Amino acid sequence: MKKVFINSIGAITSQKTFDNSEFLNEIVNYSTTNISVVNPNYKAYLDAGSARRMAKGIKMGVVASKVALEEAGLESVDAVITGSGMGCVIESERFVAKIIDNNEEFLTPTSFIQSTHNTVGGQIALGIQCKGYNFTYVHSSSSFETALLDAQLQLELDEATNILVGGVDELGPHMIKVHGLIDHIKQEQTIDNLNILSSKTVGAVFSEGASFIVLSNAKQESTYAELIDVAIYNTLGLTRVETKLYEFLKQNNYTVNDIDAVVLGNNGDVNFDEYFNKLSEGVFANTQQVVYKHLIGEYKTASAFGVWLGAKMLKTQQMPDCIKLNDKAPSALNTILIYNQYRGDNHTFVMLRKC
Amino acid sequence: MSELKEELKTKIIEQLNLEDVTVAEIADDEVLFGDGLGLDSIDALELIVMLDKDYGIKLTDPKDGKKIFESVNTMAAFIEANRA
Amino acid sequence: MSKSVAITGMGIISAIGNNVEENYLSLINGKKGISKISKIDTIHKDCIMVGEIAYTNADLEKSLDLPADHNYSRSSLLGAFAAKQAVENAGITNMAKYRSGLISASTVGGMDMTEKYFYDYIENPTNRKYIDGHHLGDGTQKIAKLLGIEESFVSTISTACSSAANAIIIGSRLIKSGKLDRVVVGGTDCLSKFTINGFKTLMILSDTYNTPFDDARKGLNLGEAAAYLVLESDEIVKAENRKVLAYVKGYGNTNDAFHQTASSENGDGATAAMEKTLRVANLAPKDVDYINAHGTATPNNDLSEGRAIIRVFGEEVPPFSSTKAYTGHTLAAAGGVEAIYAVLALQNNVIFPNLNFKNKMKEFSITPETSLIKKELNTVLSNSLGFGGNCTSVLFSKKP
Repeated sequence: MKKVFINSIGAITSQKTFDNSEFLNEIVNYSTTNISVVNPNYKAYLDAGSARRMAKGIKMGVVASKVALEEAGLESVDAVITGSGMGCVIESERFVAKIIDNNEEFLTPTSFIQSTHNTVGGQIALGIQCKGYNFTYVHSSSSFETALLDAQLQLELDEATNILVGGVDELGPHMIKVHGLIDHIKQEQTIDNLNILSSKTVGAVFSEGASFIVLSNAKQESTYAELIDVAIYNTLGLTRVETKLYEFLKQNNYTVNDIDAVVLGNNGDVNFDEYFNKLSEGVFANTQQVVYKHLIGEYKTASAFGVWLGAKMLKTQQMPDCIKLNDKAPSALNTILIYNQYRGDNHTFVMLRKC
Repeated sequence: MSELKEELKTKIIEQLNLEDVTVAEIADDEVLFGDGLGLDSIDALELIVMLDKDYGIKLTDPKDGKKIFESVNTMAAFIEANRA
Repeated sequence: MSKSVAITGMGIISAIGNNVEENYLSLINGKKGISKISKIDTIHKDCIMVGEIAYTNADLEKSLDLPADHNYSRSSLLGAFAAKQAVENAGITNMAKYRSGLISASTVGGMDMTEKYFYDYIENPTNRKYIDGHHLGDGTQKIAKLLGIEESFVSTISTACSSAANAIIIGSRLIKSGKLDRVVVGGTDCLSKFTINGFKTLMILSDTYNTPFDDARKGLNLGEAAAYLVLESDEIVKAENRKVLAYVKGYGNTNDAFHQTASSENGDGATAAMEKTLRVANLAPKDVDYINAHGTATPNNDLSEGRAIIRVFGEEVPPFSSTKAYTGHTLAAAGGVEAIYAVLALQNNVIFPNLNFKNKMKEFSITPETSLIKKELNTVLSNSLGFGGNCTSVLFSKKP
């Protein structure tokens, strides 16, 4: 079986992350419970002709993938595998509203065709003329990791050499409204995002983003890290997280002591952060802990940015202060574990190693 | 007629999100699809809805759009001849 | 690692039947399930035909024995109904005995509830339980729970009209790689105003019975369905002495990379998907005994797919037909529905007729089978093509 490497990254998030020469050098603080991305200059990447029918999620996905392709020095890839928990919600909402508001009359196709979940992956393939394998996984918080696992299978068996893997989700006005009504979004009027992880209140800060990587079975100059393994569980009780973690480590011949840093998906929801606390106060109490959702908010493919962070730390051997949950000052960063779940379901482990 | 043509150009730009195109840049006889303005089959569907909504003209077969939407000239002539 | 991927169970609900047997009887008797729409109040009701399932949501809730405060969308109800059937059909009594996963496909998800309560949610708390049921993964989580699939690999695929066929591909690959021993795969989509109006704006809905591969075809009929298959490894088949219904022998997934919605004129993506499938199955074009075509009856699909079939099979195109005239186009479920029809064709050695066909298309000389044909079949190829350029083929066979 071949080894699998992360050869490049590209991320558009609520922080300025699309420039790969930087590593969270300046932090944007937000005071609301729904936050947008820091937009790159999309026009620099997209010609007007193709951009005119691109929903925001498509634009974010296409540009993040272009950043990743460029860094990997590739024009195209063998496969495009995308994860999106919600799909292109902005155009979906727009189409539903028009159906209701106009009583099904005078509707045009543009919103509809941009609303389908596979439209981001389709547009990326169209743009780079990739006629190979093209999949879109839409399973809540494990959407990105499923894409990652799919690519890993293909690369290990040498069925492909370079695969573009990414996660993209956008935030729509109706989604914000209704998820506020059911307390999935925090109820605070104003908030200090950098401190949400200790908020002790219910709900999360909703946001959006796109994060793509080129995964390859050939290591090169630009390589960030080796992908060791991915594990996905649809359900896990609070008491089962540690058990599954040990299983996952054992399968890959690792122990807890081998993990130099653990990247946790805490989002400040008092009802569900206990899963992360279970690890940070238990088995990883003496391990360096890293968090990121206070910076980029919560969305169904937010953990793709967790992988981005892991890759970036392993390549640069740096750890910005803004992502440290504790300070254990690891002497070196060789192995990083990323754990995420959303509202107690769809748990994922991703393990990366320094190259 | 020329007023209608200007109106159509404005609508085409707005409806089809042609951000970088101005009314002045679209000649009356410019080919709208393919090589000319670069419109495609989805744009044709958008224009069919525009005919219906703004001018009360219904097309049932998208293939009919091909001749009608050849240029701003042909569109204007069709609307003049068929509008309610 | 498993060398082959066995199909050991099937479950389906569609406009032509509430189980596998009923679907088969409709297929061999030429009984289509296309009608005027009755369950959705749409202004288009007089100018469209659909493949609607007879069961109401209340019927399905009752059958699934759900509590009154459940928040299943119709897609989830249909999916749970069909997936349970598949698992029962396979004779599985202890899901946890083997590493079991679920891959479900959908494009509509909880959209039926979202479009119903879109503004109501804001004014009125009564139906807010459906808000979190909007996303596509929600139904899959529910089905997994009902089937007893826990702490395992569960995912949802959405690649438009090829979704369930792709669920079969990833399920097969997970078994072959040894990641899982058993995977329930399939898809579910209910009718919704969203899809009706979406396809209406593309002007590809027919106002009468759809006529796949006919020169005068006017477009598709939307349908609703859920269909699931149980895939199991060699090891389970041996240990449990399973009756194997058929095998997933090959598959291919490609992208047309041509246009956001339309297929390329010569069906580049579909051609590549079929060729890839034959390579994976290690078979030659002449080894294919029947093609269950995607054949949606839109002008664009049937021309593009027909040309792709000719490109792959040349002078000797095997018998082919589309079963969309029976069920309508069931979107994400179509690949699952037609996988089951492919297995039924193999089991019974029959080719199902392409209903409503009258006129040969002028662009090529191939025509679909129009009557029920009895013929020894060893392999069936099933095509699923979708928006976003997604093209998928799966090859089913009697032998591993």
